[in-house]
Amino acid sequence: MDLTLKIWRQASSKVKGQFVNYQVQNISAEASFLEMLDILNESLVAKGEEPVAFDHDCREGICGACSLYINGRPHGPDRGITTCQMHMRNFKHGETIIIEPWRAKPFPVIKDLMVDRSSFDEIIQAGGFVSVRTGGIPDANSIPIPRRNAELAMDAAACIGCGACVAACKNASAMLFVSAKVSQFALLPQGRIEAQERVQRMVAKMDELGFGNCTNTYACEAECPKEISVSNIARMNREFLSAKLISHKEF
Amino acid sequence: MTKLNPKIPNGQLDQKWTNYKAHQNLVNPSNKRRLDIIVVGTGLAGAAAAASFGELGFNVKVFGIHDSPRRAHSIAAQGGINAAKNYPNDGDSVFRLFYDTIKGGDYRAREANVFRLAEVSNSIIDQCVAQGVPFARDYGGLLDNRSFGGAQVSRTFYARGQTGQQLLLGAYSALSKEIGKKTVKMYTRRDLMDVVIVDGLARGIIVRNLITGEIERHSAHAVVLATGGYGNVFFLSTNAMSSNGSAIWKAYKKGAFFGNPCFTQIHPTCIPVHGEYQSKLTLMSESLRNDGRIWVPKKLEDAEKIRKGTLKAGNLKEEDRDYYLERRYPAFGNLVPRDVASRAAKERCDAGFGVGTTGLAVYLDFADSIKRLGKNVIESRYGNLFQMYEKIVDENPYENPMMIYPAVHYTMGGIWVDYELQTTIPGLFAAGEANFSDHGANRLGASALMQGLSDGYFVLPYTIQNYLANQIQIPTIKTDLPEFVQAEKETKDLIQKLLTINGKNTVDSYHRKLGLIMWDNVGMGRNKEGLTNAIKLIQELKVDFWKNVKVTGTNDQVNPELEKALRVADFIELGELMARDALSRQESCGGHFREEYQTPEGEALRDDKDFTFVSAWEYKGDNVEPEMHKEPLVFEFIEVKQRNYK
Repeated sequence: MDLTLKIWRQASSKVKGQFVNYQVQNISAEASFLEMLDILNESLVAKGEEPVAFDHDCREGICGACSLYINGRPHGPDRGITTCQMHMRNFKHGETIIIEPWRAKPFPVIKDLMVDRSSFDEIIQAGGFVSVRTGGIPDANSIPIPRRNAELAMDAAACIGCGACVAACKNASAMLFVSAKVSQFALLPQGRIEAQERVQRMVAKMDELGFGNCTNTYACEAECPKEISVSNIARMNREFLSAKLISHKEF
Repeated sequence: MTKLNPKIPNGQLDQKWTNYKAHQNLVNPSNKRRLDIIVVGTGLAGAAAAASFGELGFNVKVFGIHDSPRRAHSIAAQGGINAAKNYPNDGDSVFRLFYDTIKGGDYRAREANVFRLAEVSNSIIDQCVAQGVPFARDYGGLLDNRSFGGAQVSRTFYARGQTGQQLLLGAYSALSKEIGKKTVKMYTRRDLMDVVIVDGLARGIIVRNLITGEIERHSAHAVVLATGGYGNVFFLSTNAMSSNGSAIWKAYKKGAFFGNPCFTQIHPTCIPVHGEYQSKLTLMSESLRNDGRIWVPKKLEDAEKIRKGTLKAGNLKEEDRDYYLERRYPAFGNLVPRDVASRAAKERCDAGFGVGTTGLAVYLDFADSIKRLGKNVIESRYGNLFQMYEKIVDENPYENPMMIYPAVHYTMGGIWVDYELQTTIPGLFAAGEANFSDHGANRLGASALMQGLSDGYFVLPYTIQNYLANQIQIPTIKTDLPEFVQAEKETKDLIQKLLTINGKNTVDSYHRKLGLIMWDNVGMGRNKEGLTNAIKLIQELKVDFWKNVKVTGTNDQVNPELEKALRVADFIELGELMARDALSRQESCGGHFREEYQTPEGEALRDDKDFTFVSAWEYKGDNVEPEMHKEPLVFEFIEVKQRNYK
């Protein structure tokens, strides 16, 4: 198929960006979306032009590196997948596809379609862990965990940290991302010990970094490539409220 | 005179590690604060090591190529992690895990290292559970296990089809905890450009900042390379796009020996190649072989009809199907080790029985299991893998059998290390897939995660102290030493050279050509003629690359073309070394199948008399033949047998 691509080009975070139109021809329906961008880039390089910069790595939907709004939707039109898992059979011959970087204040553009998501790492560093050291740990089976809780924890832990939830939210809220980590640990006995402190630290960091609040539109869940449930946000709100009620410390 | 000393501790096999730890040198807490350690790589081995060093009190600097340590390629491992817990009460033990691993590696790994790996495997599971890794559990709330290739027990712990992700996120959370405490400093989006050696000791690294292009110098008392494998030499592999061999290649060029470079794992269950624009191959977890049966049509005419699309797989009668793994290897069936399964698939396809439009595919069929267990059980075990398959191939694997074909997946070879994971350069260590150590000529499924975490959590935190105990008098290493100045200059010159060639061919076009040469000659089947030819072709490709490559952009900004060019330049040289190693190893073992050396039934024929050694290659200069050293492998505690999965 032949396509027109309207791609956001921006040399660096310091200069203004703009849309630039490109044409690609004879794209196979079996190619992935990023392979289609590879083809465009190889043709640009051959002409001596600068290729379009975009983040990507595993190309199997697990590393969380790829991003992109495709026709206004994070990770494109299909549900439950990342951009790298999107195949060109989702598009039609002659179509114009608009490709943009994530747009959210805490995710500044680095170049073209690449954004800086280090704010997510900062939130995890504020409390997204269990404070155990290496070694000296009792046997793994010494604390049985109800299967249901283990499964719910796994559902939340499936988050790949891509930032689609923030990109989808009109408030640029990171509540789905933060609540997924809070929930994973809140559901497991190993994580309960620090649960109150954790949720307060992570929420405080999230606010400090400029992420917005949640107004229950559920756009995050709809666009999440791992279909993380908004019920995690409800769980985080419960955790946060109860922690605030009995907390000894201010965060 | 060879420098190879594996430093295997004395004593009985099960006492070696205990004895080592009891007698090694340690660094006291006040001295730890004064010692710097650099860790390159944030996958399982790197993140686990960095977090553990930070907890111990060392000053740690970690470098990664991604925007976040969580994106390292360990994240993509699907199936699971082995440990000798024997929770299912099915006869497992530390010795059995050790034995299966060394046998699976076709007796080309060190006894002492592999035993230690099996010994610490149980602690890894304990550690991960304490970190909040949500492993699969049974209804009683205890941990569940599944079986994997090359074993007759169920010893694999898993978190759905995302075990690597969950283990890496566990290590990432431990690392994040230390970054938050400022015991560890993280440098994201940095490419290693060189290792700096001062007076024969590893003292630092040169990195390129991938955002600004700045070349930076960093010093330390010890350097750990945990930069993964080099499967992307083949262009198409299951590795992530940025996975590369440059860090270990720079270390090799600075004097670290390279162990068993030709030992490559071709994974049997990947989604087949579909087009020339293809950028990578997708693995379908080996765990699928627990419930999937592998087959091709028994008759050539049926295979042809299937390829043309006039016959559907589901309509082929049971007696017209050849379940070739069950036929050839009744004892292990579909769960034979990866190398055996891959070769068997290639053999059937080469003989004309392959399916799919290209004929380079075999079926992995779940119909029997769905009948036996119900669709919901299969869905709970492999749901995300089935979804992934359907998204890529556009076919429902619950209704039609999956199509799979082998693909490059893992490199057992890597930087040569001794028992302490130290390379032939003092102060330079290598961990995880970057080293050659534990998997011999073939790695068993669910053992990569085990090795990465073992090296990072439980081996390096001990062994690195044995080295650093002699460094406590050394103040912070200055980065204005002439060795740093020189290394930085060489890096800048190299970049400048690449940017000014301004030829006519893209970097990817060279990578693709290299991949084809490697796959055709240094892939699943190798022979003298092909390997000799490959060396010649690669040398020609190298000359062509340095004359005609086109690298757009400049150095002072984000420049993915430059990043790729630097990596491909190293891949080309690494590919040549792999071919040399494969040529010199005149036997078939594990993933290394030399067509001249096989039994009349087509099984691999090892030559224990002449080849029970690790080949360790020493760099001798650009365009000069490298020198091979041999580390003899001594088997004191087990009997070396012909592998038999029949």
